[in-house]
Amino acid sequence: MTRDRRLSWINGLLLPLFNVLTAFLATGVVFLLIGVDPIEATKILIYGALGYDEGLGYTLYYATNFVFTGLAVAVAFHAGLFNIGGEGQAYVGGLGIALVALYINPALSAWIVIPLAISGGLLFGALWAIIPAYLQAYRGSHIVITTIMFNFLASALMVYMLVHVLREVGNMTPESTNFPDVVWLPFVHDVFAGFGYNIAKSPLNLSILVALFFSFLVWFFLWHTRWGFAIRATGKSNDAAIYGGINPKKIIVVTMCISGALAGLVGVNELIGVQHRLFLNFNYGYGFGGIAVALMGRNHPVGILIAAFLFGILYQGGAELDFELQNVSRDIVVVMQGLVILFCGGLEYLYRPVLMRFLAPIEASE
Amino acid sequence: MSDLFLTTVLTLDASVRVCVPLIFASMAGLFAERSGVVDIGLEGKLLMSAFIAASAASVFGSPWLGLIAGMFASSVLAMIHGFASITYKGNQIVSGVAINILASGLTMILTLAWFKSGGITPTLQGNERFLSITLPGVDIIDHIPILGVIYRELISGHNILVYLAFAIVPLVWWVVYRTRFGLRLRAVGENPKAVDTAGLSVEGLRYKALLIGGILCGIGGVYIATAYNAQFTKEMTAGQGFIALAALIFGKWHPYKVLAACFLFAFLQALAIRLQGVVIPGIGEIPVQLIEATPYILTVILLAGFIGKAIPPKASAQPYIKEL
Repeated sequence: MTRDRRLSWINGLLLPLFNVLTAFLATGVVFLLIGVDPIEATKILIYGALGYDEGLGYTLYYATNFVFTGLAVAVAFHAGLFNIGGEGQAYVGGLGIALVALYINPALSAWIVIPLAISGGLLFGALWAIIPAYLQAYRGSHIVITTIMFNFLASALMVYMLVHVLREVGNMTPESTNFPDVVWLPFVHDVFAGFGYNIAKSPLNLSILVALFFSFLVWFFLWHTRWGFAIRATGKSNDAAIYGGINPKKIIVVTMCISGALAGLVGVNELIGVQHRLFLNFNYGYGFGGIAVALMGRNHPVGILIAAFLFGILYQGGAELDFELQNVSRDIVVVMQGLVILFCGGLEYLYRPVLMRFLAPIEASE
Repeated sequence: MSDLFLTTVLTLDASVRVCVPLIFASMAGLFAERSGVVDIGLEGKLLMSAFIAASAASVFGSPWLGLIAGMFASSVLAMIHGFASITYKGNQIVSGVAINILASGLTMILTLAWFKSGGITPTLQGNERFLSITLPGVDIIDHIPILGVIYRELISGHNILVYLAFAIVPLVWWVVYRTRFGLRLRAVGENPKAVDTAGLSVEGLRYKALLIGGILCGIGGVYIATAYNAQFTKEMTAGQGFIALAALIFGKWHPYKVLAACFLFAFLQALAIRLQGVVIPGIGEIPVQLIEATPYILTVILLAGFIGKAIPPKASAQPYIKEL
């Protein structure tokens, strides 16, 4: 075994663990700075997120959004692309879902309507990613900058659509009419009630199954298909990919479409799952949250599910903190997201020199 | 006719006011990117310094202390970015995203902790903020027909930071193109290895560039909260850091061209406000969203190489790894 291989557990396991712990410690410091006991806050947070039925429902509902955007960012990462446009792709994906939901014949069966609405989200999310992808692949503009620009364009487009096109006559708030019942994804508490179990009401709906299904699909696609291999090869080494007969330009476009499509699914949870109408900023923060989730989950669907669950806990627990303590609001979750991205992403290698110094000699002597 | 003239002058005047934070932020970005560090954390730095400046100005009752505090806060974030992307050779874009999100969260948490209000700081009274200055001679020149209006509305009557913004652009040009530091800065962004071989510190130069950027971006944030507005409000920078980034690219990393891009984008914003609900004969009502989106559309088109070509500094976004 080579030395690199031997030390891979340091890079693969120990470093990420240390990084996440540092992010949590730093959040603890923020709590101390604003005069909140971090241990007390953690207790409230965990109770609020997991301590009772309704809280757990909310936690899983928030986690569902993070699974979608986390997968979106991760798929792009595998091809060496940084899709910072999840925010916009999720937003425009919601438009696709809403258009299907609003204009489809409501007499059709839910088994047809709901898959179509989901496809609308996939399609529009992908469409919003395809232009930046094309420009990166064939015109040499940088994907990060174009996807940032496309986030703002998405926002302008959606305001225009909601104010001028989809708004109900006589309604002052920019939102669409309610979707017909047939396109509503059932709430989990209703499904349980159907089987005779009573659980507390929460926004948790069957989108969570969609999220699990797509997590599996992404795993299968990336590690067990030819395309997935091509994507990972391109991400590892562009030159090697070309040598292996892979066209990186095509890979960029395909990967970004998949990434955008996944982000476009946020609307499945938010729009046909919970709110049943299209409204402004339903996507707010999930696109960027997805970056933190992907980094924390090491771009693997299993890791992403765990990280998304953790962020679900933080979102819901944060709401509880807001309620219980006067000095802190749920925005602490945003701080935590920032710290996770900083320590698991930007400062990824913070502990490597130290760990190498202490662990390399031990490994070598074995 | 005179109505149209006055409207034009007033729109240009509004553009000048909107332009200022864009200038500071894009000049900050210029230093960072010229040194080979991509800085998408401009937005976060603007927001953080806006918040800290508004807080300090309110607590200490002086905009100047607000200015110092704001510059300091923004520089701290710039140094975090440097620590991650220069010393630890992390991904510069990830680190920039972290700074934006961190600033967004921290400003909210701290407004609540310090002022017991979610997302706003106390309103700044009177001379707690930067007030407009009336330039000498307004009364005299006012009698001259066209020039008088231009001098009174467009040139006079801004606060000190506005004049500073326009003065800083030639200064940046001079530093970047006419000083030894500027030469090294440009070299380190194009070919860090050559700089290293010449016995200069790549890391040191990049840290210096980021620090200058932090200070400049800080002034931009201070302007937003203590001059353009009179308090900090939630997410008040509203994407101006990203527009500044777009202007930086649109101006091809050159100070004067970047200034022109800033002014163009600011003018579009001012125009969007003025054209709200106005029906233009023959065209109808122009959707405000379309005008607001124009800076982003223009930047995308430019980046795609359809109108000229924007080529970033060569070593941009690459951490420098010294060969031993």
